[in-house]
Amino acid sequence: MRGAKFVFAAFLLMCTMIVSPVFAKDAIKVGAILAVTGPASFLGAPEAKTLQMLADEINAKGGIKGSKIELIIKDSGGSPEKAISFAKQLIEEDKVMAIIGPSTSGETMKIKNIAEEGKTILLSCAAAEVIVNPVAKYVFKTPQKDSFAAQKIYIQMQKMGIKKIGVVSGNDGFGKAGKEQLEKIAPEYGIEIVANEVYDKDATDLTAVATKLKAANVQAVVNWSIVPAQSIIAKNMRQLGMTVPLFQSHGFGNIKYVQAAGDAAEGIIFPAGRLLVADSLPQSNKQKPVLLKYKKDYEAKFKEDVSTFGGHAYDAMMILENAIAKAGTDKEKVRDAIENMKGFVGTGGIFNFSATDHNGLDRDAFEMLTVKKGKFVVLK
Amino acid sequence: MNIELFFQYLVAGLTYGTIYAIVAIGFNIIYNTTGIINFAQGEFVMLGGMTAVTMNRFMPLPAAILTAVLCTMIIGALIEIVFIRWLVKPSVLRLIIITIGLSIVIREAALQIWGESVRALPYFTGTAVSAIDINGVFISPQVLWVIGISSVIVVALNLFFSYTLPGRQMRACSANRDAARLCGINTRNMVTLSFVLSAGIGALAGCVVSPITYVQYDSGAGLAIKGFTVAILGGLGNSMAAVAAGMLLGILESFSIWVMPTAFKDVISIAILLLILFVRPSGLFGSKEAFSLKEF
Repeated sequence: MRGAKFVFAAFLLMCTMIVSPVFAKDAIKVGAILAVTGPASFLGAPEAKTLQMLADEINAKGGIKGSKIELIIKDSGGSPEKAISFAKQLIEEDKVMAIIGPSTSGETMKIKNIAEEGKTILLSCAAAEVIVNPVAKYVFKTPQKDSFAAQKIYIQMQKMGIKKIGVVSGNDGFGKAGKEQLEKIAPEYGIEIVANEVYDKDATDLTAVATKLKAANVQAVVNWSIVPAQSIIAKNMRQLGMTVPLFQSHGFGNIKYVQAAGDAAEGIIFPAGRLLVADSLPQSNKQKPVLLKYKKDYEAKFKEDVSTFGGHAYDAMMILENAIAKAGTDKEKVRDAIENMKGFVGTGGIFNFSATDHNGLDRDAFEMLTVKKGKFVVLK
Repeated sequence: MNIELFFQYLVAGLTYGTIYAIVAIGFNIIYNTTGIINFAQGEFVMLGGMTAVTMNRFMPLPAAILTAVLCTMIIGALIEIVFIRWLVKPSVLRLIIITIGLSIVIREAALQIWGESVRALPYFTGTAVSAIDINGVFISPQVLWVIGISSVIVVALNLFFSYTLPGRQMRACSANRDAARLCGINTRNMVTLSFVLSAGIGALAGCVVSPITYVQYDSGAGLAIKGFTVAILGGLGNSMAAVAAGMLLGILESFSIWVMPTAFKDVISIAILLLILFVRPSGLFGSKEAFSLKEF
């Protein structure tokens, strides 16, 4: 019997030897920490879907220079604590080449140093400027900076002759960062904030807040929050008969929010990447082919409307693929390749990275959009 | 502060108050028959809203709401029959942990079924922007729906508990379960009935408020906390007191926004809850003697 066991073991060993040559090259491990569920799932869910779609697509082509991508997606649920432990796990145990995400600014700031110390590339999908300012060697981000969004809004207000505004924001990291930006640069544009309110991000009705804005006689309102509050404030303002323009943050970039707010969404003005208006862009626009391809692929695969947030993950993965294709699988060389990448056309804009700019986008990556008949259109 | 603004804050307060009260009533019904706080009450509200939104795709709004309420009632009954009915003299702590566990399970199941997106039923009358203008005070028609349906629920509940046999049996159970059993009342069925009833009320509430508040898989927890605060504030087990307490809290919150930054709104409600728990744990309208007899 002993002999039989030995033969069996030998047989197994041979099996593994026959199987293993299929993985001729080691797979490139790419980690992702995304808020797939929880309060920020409107960011993380489309990001995770996008990454999975891209990884499958790249692997179906035969990988990057013959190396397949092994995508490890971790659901942080929007919790910074989970993001920290996942970051450590991905860096120390899985030894990933790069981490895409996290979805929110709060989480990203918590793992910025962990990525830096672990010498692992971090491609954040979150908006806050502090992620790349000051620059950390290994930390990049793909969404447009929130300071650009605030500037764009104020420039638009100047055009419309608006001077007295009300600012309302949710009490989460996103709302807080936006509020600070708006407060900081308002004087530069000659705009006075006469009402400034922070509300609970889970608020179910904001009529009282809207009443306060109405009493302050503002010429326009800027709301900086995520769903559902950004739809609720729109409804409550209109219900109170307020007709002043409502500006929203770039967090409004999902057609679902327009549907949720119904008629109240009409006329909302907000800055966003061009993905939402890809169809109506002129043919000369460099981004148009990239945007249309992503939109088509995503909508065909997941049967839901594309959002700008998934686009941030798209850009992160494409930048990484591009850098690996150029520099191989050495982590340091890939990092250098990203830092020196110029003119990369993504969904968020045209990226020009440098040693001092790890975002690579400028203010014109944002377009001012508005809602007309339940659709996003470019504001004219 | 002019008179229009005053009434505008008042209307906002009444809206908040009614929403809180209707959730609190659901807590009270189950508390009355079982002596436990059902921490899955907020999930009933969420389930009602979510199911109605889904059903509304296939059928007109009233039918969708009816289906949603019935579905949630069945879920309420199943929860009681599967997880609670067979327990022999369970401790209060054990029941609380069971309901907390259930609320997490329902939330996660909803996430799998409906995804993370935010939904809402259409406005029952008018649209999201329509409002009734009464001398410069604007009221959304949906607010009137919420207040109207809540009033109907409260009146119907009072009639049910005062004049119908099952209603009286349920009250007997809450007064003294052993004595009720000796009188031939099937107390176990009464507990099931209380779950069905509070699930139905929660679901109806979820449908009516969803155009205003929206509904997503985790919106139950927030509503449950406010509803719980109101139930405690009024005195656990007393539905009319819950309505009064709901109004009080809603109006206080609304006017607090007038004088203070909005961020302090929840500080007000939690501070009131703590104060009540320290000074009058039986609630504003509850009697001390009755409270001392309760096991929880």
